[in-house]
Amino acid sequence: MANGTATKAHWAQQLFEWIDARFPLSAVWKSQVSEYYAPKNFNFWYYFGSLALVVLVLQIVSGIFLTMNYKPDAGLAFASVEYIMREVSWGWLIRYLHSTGASAFFICVYLHMFRALLYGSYRKPRELTWLLGVFIFLCLMAEGFFGYLLPWGQMSYWGAQVIVNLFGAIPLVGEQLAIWIRGDYVIGDATLNRFFAFHVIAVPLVLLGIIVAHLIALHETGSNNPDGVEIKKTIDPQTGHPADGIPFHPYYTVKDLFGVMVFLLVFAVIVFFAPEVGGYFLEHNNFIPADPLKTPPHIAPVWYFTPYYSVLRATTDELKWVIGIAVVLFMLWALVRRGSNKTRTVLLGIGVVLLAGLFLLQAKVWGVLLMGTSVVIFAFLPWLDRSPVKSIRYKGWMFKLALFLFVVSFFVLGYLGMQVPTTTLTRIAQVCTVIYFAFFLLMPWYTSIDKTEPEPERLT
Amino acid sequence: MSIPSQATLPPGAVGSVEIDPARRKLLVATCIAGGAASAAIAWPFLTSVEPSERAKALGAPVEADISDVEPGQMKVVEWQGKPVWIVRRTKEMMESLKKDEAQLADPMSKHSSQPEYCDNQARSRADEPEVLVLVGICTHLGCSPTAKFAPGELDANWEGGFLCPCHGSRFDLAGRVFANFPAPDNLPVPKYKYLSQSKLLIGDDSKA
Repeated sequence: MANGTATKAHWAQQLFEWIDARFPLSAVWKSQVSEYYAPKNFNFWYYFGSLALVVLVLQIVSGIFLTMNYKPDAGLAFASVEYIMREVSWGWLIRYLHSTGASAFFICVYLHMFRALLYGSYRKPRELTWLLGVFIFLCLMAEGFFGYLLPWGQMSYWGAQVIVNLFGAIPLVGEQLAIWIRGDYVIGDATLNRFFAFHVIAVPLVLLGIIVAHLIALHETGSNNPDGVEIKKTIDPQTGHPADGIPFHPYYTVKDLFGVMVFLLVFAVIVFFAPEVGGYFLEHNNFIPADPLKTPPHIAPVWYFTPYYSVLRATTDELKWVIGIAVVLFMLWALVRRGSNKTRTVLLGIGVVLLAGLFLLQAKVWGVLLMGTSVVIFAFLPWLDRSPVKSIRYKGWMFKLALFLFVVSFFVLGYLGMQVPTTTLTRIAQVCTVIYFAFFLLMPWYTSIDKTEPEPERLT
Repeated sequence: MSIPSQATLPPGAVGSVEIDPARRKLLVATCIAGGAASAAIAWPFLTSVEPSERAKALGAPVEADISDVEPGQMKVVEWQGKPVWIVRRTKEMMESLKKDEAQLADPMSKHSSQPEYCDNQARSRADEPEVLVLVGICTHLGCSPTAKFAPGELDANWEGGFLCPCHGSRFDLAGRVFANFPAPDNLPVPKYKYLSQSKLLIGDDSKA
């Protein structure tokens, strides 16, 4: 701006100063962007946070334009989506951007979370950033679930039917709660209308709020990095900034822009050439209008929910025995562990409650509980990881093996969630469910005995 | 003009650092009253999402003509937005109900839902035992099972019944669930009565 003519620069400068006297524009820009020092060694895995933000904007913009033609009415919804696809100018593009964007959002968020697992980004002092992130993930799942009902296809209808009925599994109040959520005795017009309200306004508002909080918390502690070493430990005495830090702008804005270009290239190929991705992004059965009297022969959730859905299906009476054995082992450990009697009593109490629950509650209720736990358990990572180092670069073989097994079981569960269950497949899902939970629940043990390498003083 | 120090101001005066207990009490009372009012306004919002009067009214009983349902056939009608099945069972189908009892989770329908007059092996009214009326919603997670009436259709021992496509639960020809499948209870039997020999009223069994 300073390169323009003298009068023009003067005029722009004046406007800028006028704003700055009334609003902390340059102060926020400096503290959050141009003088926000990020570690200099961000690698490939660090693209996915900013990419998720790009997808968010894409979803909001395409979503606004979809609402201009969509009708949240059980009698009109399916036809209005087809109307968008066939008769609205470029409607097919806007709709495919939105449906592909939903899957892209989850891909970015899953890779973003995997990055945190690799480099221990969830650990002190970034626990709150991580918790806010888990909250974003939950909101995103709610957003995906509500949005999936809107096309009012067979999968929309029966998927919502199954998920809302999960709440019906809660003892005593479940049935009433399910009716309250649906606003009717079955999934119907009332349900569609309220899911629309949640999808287009309630959840996005909450989502935006937490995303801002997630970024504020991140910028308060500063970003982690592939070495897991705090850059604030080593301040350059001459500049007063972290010696291993570089300003976010222009260094990372340019790097992230490159990432956005590559991402958009892949994204465009999917949108233009394979928007259904063989039934994974848009399921085939969802091109049939919802029929409350007939369930399609095979129903499965859309891919980003299938790992948790597999956990739900894997919870049978047999798996309850496995849980029972795990609880008994936990109680034995509580008995022999060192520590205060008070803690021991609390731990044994938890064990007794769990055992009582195993006797009293049906496998169906346990399935719902385990499915919920399999998502929420991510929130506990900051306190489960006891390793003296953050990054996988300095962690030992036990953590590496555990993470590998976890990722494999996550993929296998995801795949199995799309298949028709057979005895063998259910058995595999049960093994993977056990591995999935063992990754988290045994983490305090294997991270504390694992042989780690010493962290370097500064970034490598 | 001298400015009085904040420490010397009487409690409660503007700018004083001392707490005036009387005013603090008023402040607390205001907060409580305001909090109660805010909590109360949540009630209209929370109840507004309950089924509306119209949705409740749609729970009204429906009539079904069963004159065209031949033995071994099934008819589906909609009641409260749910599929209700009406099956006229053949002699062989009725026989199968005795054979499969050992494999069922709840053969006597003890913790399942049916009107008193259907609390029997065939789960139907005594005057027309072969006519079965069921709410076709799986007791696991609410999918609608598919009719698999042909013996041997699912496996060699299969006597005919229903299969839920979502999680594989199996039911016999009285809607009773087989053991070791995810569904916990038998399919519910709704209230129903005969208006004439060929006409059923589903959702109402009052005598008048």
